[in-house]
Amino acid sequence: MPQTLFDKIWQRHVVTVTATGTTLLAIDRIFLHERTGAAALKSMAQAGRPVCDPARVFAVMDHIVDTRPGRDDTTLMPGGQAFITETRAAALAAGITLFDVNDPDQGITHVISPELGIVLPGCTLVAPDSHTCTQGALGALAWGIGASEAEHAMTTGTLRLARPATMRVRFTGILPVYVTAKDMALALIARHGAGGGAGHVVEFAGEAVEALDIEGRMTLCNMATEFSAMAAIIAPDEKTFAWLAGRRHAPAHFDAPFWRSQHSDDSAAFDREIEIDAATLAPMVSWGTSPQHSMAIDALIPQGPERAHAYIGLDAGQPLLGTPIDVAFIGSCTNARLTDLRRAAALLQGRHIAPGLSKALVVPGSEATRRAAEAEGLDRIFIDAGFEWRRSGCSLCFYAGGESFPPGSRTISTTNRNFEGRQGPGIRTHIASPETVVASALAGHIADPRALLAKEFPA
Amino acid sequence: MTPFTTLTGIAAPLLMDNIDTDAIIPSREMKSTGRTGLAEGLFAPWRYSEGRNPNPDFVLNQPAFTDARILAGGANFGCGSSREHAVWALAEYGIRAVIAPSFAPIFANNCLRNGLLPVALPLGQVQALAGQVVTIDLEAQCVRHGADILPFTVDAEARTMLLEGLDVIDLTLKDRAAIAVWTDADRAARPWVYLAKAAS
Ligand code: SF4
Repeated sequence: MPQTLFDKIWQRHVVTVTATGTTLLAIDRIFLHERTGAAALKSMAQAGRPVCDPARVFAVMDHIVDTRPGRDDTTLMPGGQAFITETRAAALAAGITLFDVNDPDQGITHVISPELGIVLPGCTLVAPDSHTCTQGALGALAWGIGASEAEHAMTTGTLRLARPATMRVRFTGILPVYVTAKDMALALIARHGAGGGAGHVVEFAGEAVEALDIEGRMTLCNMATEFSAMAAIIAPDEKTFAWLAGRRHAPAHFDAPFWRSQHSDDSAAFDREIEIDAATLAPMVSWGTSPQHSMAIDALIPQGPERAHAYIGLDAGQPLLGTPIDVAFIGSCTNARLTDLRRAAALLQGRHIAPGLSKALVVPGSEATRRAAEAEGLDRIFIDAGFEWRRSGCSLCFYAGGESFPPGSRTISTTNRNFEGRQGPGIRTHIASPETVVASALAGHIADPRALLAKEFPA
Repeated sequence: MTPFTTLTGIAAPLLMDNIDTDAIIPSREMKSTGRTGLAEGLFAPWRYSEGRNPNPDFVLNQPAFTDARILAGGANFGCGSSREHAVWALAEYGIRAVIAPSFAPIFANNCLRNGLLPVALPLGQVQALAGQVVTIDLEAQCVRHGADILPFTVDAEARTMLLEGLDVIDLTLKDRAAIAVWTDADRAARPWVYLAKAAS
């Protein structure tokens, strides 16, 4: 019977199925971070339960670490240091691999796991972090769980699961210039709702997905949790295999027959199918307090829930373009990889951000990304343009990670969540691509990156 | 885990869609690495006004609902961050069940692992139950309100675990032998998955 990629990975990992239909599924990799990892490890230690196979468990300090140069265990979040010291002690006691605050491999979980070849095609990977779905871009079944489930996975090497449904989202056509993977994700969620993927594993496919580089695929899969999907997955291809070659934990000789079999069969059936024409997409920006409140940048703000309009301070019917911003942020597991930084820097080169901004910040997704960007001179371009250049971490992506600003401040941000209070009490977040963040930082208000193109290359 | 059988009480209405876990427990209210001390931060941005005084407009600050053990929420309840602290905070405050049209998957799972019941019902029924005294009967898988009996379903295994208050890890450890058999076979088939022991 023809199988989807999800079916293939699932079937291979079934240990047993109970009489009531619950599957005991084997878990190949587990990743922890300091915000939720210490709780899981401590609770296991208290229960006297060891990690069943420490070689498959990794931990990193990414969420609340300081991102300013010369950092140590102290954090901008009051009381945050305990998360770092307790995670360190628990990781050491459990015998798992830890990427500590100043480890050269430190970075955001979903950036370093692919970078180090920890996530691999055809594998299962879980982490107590909702954006674990990012890693499905490499052809793995990767999803976010809670801390109790992380304990279960570390203790038993398995999870108990009900089989999810499958959905294929096909992006046909070719993306226009300055329209990116981020815009694909926001367009999907805007059209089909923040709950649109509930209960499903989503396979992204189609010409526009195949055309994305691996980092763009990670951006697209990253937002699957904002669609309420359990996981996102993209069939690995030669680009994937080339990208993984030589990475530290990737096999020296990859299992070609197996890896090349990891795709949906031609006539495989999905429980749901969605199609979106990538060629018709525009840069997308969120206007409200859910990623589903996203719109083409040059459209008029639609009518949404009163509460969202009140929080964000924008009415229906007005344009989003031209809305003044206070803070610009390029970072997070969505959009802080080398290609993101390159594209942002290419637009910034020789320009300077608007004088009215109170902060503009670039936080690379990993220390390896930071070093690679510095080797190319990207840091200079950002700094000369008026951005601050930092060490890696989650930073402004969420309230506990970085600086905060007075209530009512408006940020344009390459992150994934524009929830009320996500970046601090009263902060108004607009999520967008790195290109749109750069265009807006240059203008001092929400601005269309395509206008920059028009200026450079007049028709 | 505390067993869940039946629960009768008033359902506090909180009917917005997409209530996220940052709203349920903001990141800075997660002040320790443990599972306790979180109830005070529950719904902090809505529950408190300036100077951390109770905001009288927030439902759990209204006398009728202060002791509510049931919430009636909107669609996609518990979306966003996977932080189990959202469920720990609800449970510590005293909430034992949430009735909503739909739940974010990680949140629903976190509920089931902590003795808190997510009850999915159609939107019209959730609206009708909001603010009412209802009885949730997990054994019979229904919500009773006056003469109405509204059926819901919960994953069969999760239901048993809740009814009996079982520890799910203990249950899985009974399958140790099957896990070892699977692992040995897989190690032979996919040796590249298995990494050398972590440096200690
Ligand atoms: S960058 Fe943001 S979304 Fe990604 S793991 Fe960190 S806090 Fe979560």
